[in-house]
Amino acid sequence: MNMNELLEFISNNLELIYILILAVFIGVELIKNVPSVLHTPLMSGANALSGVVIVGALLVMLQANPKDYLSLGLGFIAVVLGIINVIGGFAVTDRMLQMFKKKK
Amino acid sequence: MNITLSIIYLIATVTFVIGLKMLGHPETAKKGNLIAAAGMILAIIGTIFLHDFEVPSINYILIGVALLIGTVVGWLIAIKVEMTKMPELVSLFNGFGGASAMLIGIVEYGNNVGDAMQTSTVIAAIAIGSITFTGSLIAWAKLNGSMKDIRLPKYNLLNNIVLLGLIAFSTYIVMMGGNHLFLIYILLFASLVYGILFVIPIGGADMPVVISLLNSLTGIAAAITGILYGNMVMLVGGILVGSAGLILTFVMCDAMNRSLSNVIFGAFGGGGDTGGIAAVGKTGGTVKKTTASDSAILLNYANKVVIVPGYGLAVAQAQHVIHELELLLTSKGVDVSYAIHPVAGRMPGHMNVLLAESNVDYDKLIEMDDINPQFANTDVVLVVGANDVVNPAAHNDPSSPIYGMPILDVENAKHIIINKRSMNAGYAGIQNELFFNQKTSMLFGDAKAALTDLVSELKNM
Repeated sequence: MNMNELLEFISNNLELIYILILAVFIGVELIKNVPSVLHTPLMSGANALSGVVIVGALLVMLQANPKDYLSLGLGFIAVVLGIINVIGGFAVTDRMLQMFKKKK
Repeated sequence: MNITLSIIYLIATVTFVIGLKMLGHPETAKKGNLIAAAGMILAIIGTIFLHDFEVPSINYILIGVALLIGTVVGWLIAIKVEMTKMPELVSLFNGFGGASAMLIGIVEYGNNVGDAMQTSTVIAAIAIGSITFTGSLIAWAKLNGSMKDIRLPKYNLLNNIVLLGLIAFSTYIVMMGGNHLFLIYILLFASLVYGILFVIPIGGADMPVVISLLNSLTGIAAAITGILYGNMVMLVGGILVGSAGLILTFVMCDAMNRSLSNVIFGAFGGGGDTGGIAAVGKTGGTVKKTTASDSAILLNYANKVVIVPGYGLAVAQAQHVIHELELLLTSKGVDVSYAIHPVAGRMPGHMNVLLAESNVDYDKLIEMDDINPQFANTDVVLVVGANDVVNPAAHNDPSSPIYGMPILDVENAKHIIINKRSMNAGYAGIQNELFFNQKTSMLFGDAKAALTDLVSELKNM
């Protein structure tokens, strides 16, 4: 990789880079003043969000050649782990917040 | 890409932003979580059904099976887990997210050979994914007690060498170009090892920082796979988690008055010896023991009581009995509240979740900055299973490893009752002069047993 390639990548993906930088700021602003009461649910909710990686795992499986057992197998595990992360993460966050709600 | 799918991804991205925003406010948190979840499910369904590929039916069947297995397992874990185990669970899920990114990276390497930028992205996904994976598993094992802190000789140097080696090796693979799957496997192995090395020396009171950091890394790994596919929902979702995790990491570091590099590169006790010994020399004096009945009398005639919960409360599963104690005292006209230190427990907000589980009223949980001025007119402080967060050495002993860390100023109260199992030092390995304070009485014993005794004594009064 050389300088030209890097510059070419930047000019080809300018929108992506804009979004990336703006998303960092949004993330920081969203979380900055959260009361410590909510730190655990926030973290487990964010954890569930990071399960969005499952979209990539699904793309691997959708595009895999059925004869390509390695890709299919690894994709399969990635989908299982990703969906555990998503479902488990959101469900446990909901359960936790339910407890916060009961009283009050 | 299918235009409907693009719109679905856009909607999902917006739900993530809104959901995360709502998660930050007590009244809207529950709804925010569900909104984000709905967006996620929409994105998953859209990905499966609205694509432009020719997909053989066997792939579809396998996807269905994988989703079914993962959903059932994830759901069962979520409804079964005890709230005291939340730190372990979050670590485990972090690890799963990281592993998923790692596996995607391995598969995608072969499809992206020849494109230096894409190869770098793949390598980053593999490296960060696998570091998060093994790091989280180690954190999980430590939190559930099956693993102790291990400090290899010269571990700081060793870790930094491995990390630099990883970076150099990654650069080398990208520079070389071409298809070298074997090198990718070496990279994978080295990253997995680094994940282990990076977390094993860190432990105890630093756990909240580690969990936050790993959480952030999972998000970054997801965002990198998003770049790989040019997929906006993955990119934005991942970055949001990455920056949120990073903010929490810094909040936790601030709460301990330590820099991130200090947590990662210098585990507590400055190499394990100096700090502890220096502090022990300064203490000495006698410890006043007390009994459940004496403590009960003290509490019974107090006007204002503040309870300081710590990790020991979680370990002893004493969150229900402490709530019983609180209700009992309130019914006797005592003003009771809880003082919550930001790093009490093993993950951010751990104490809040634990006490919420036993139905403690949310308004009774007071954050450090709000409760500290109140200690001066507090009659009795009851410290349960907390140590470092109430150690006055943070204020007045510049040689102490925790010097400068914001603490709960319980020494300003009229009486202090400390429940501990023994005189052992806290996780930071530092002696606590508060135990030798004239106003302090020590109530030794397991938190649950001791509090149960207290409750029955109080009932008889």
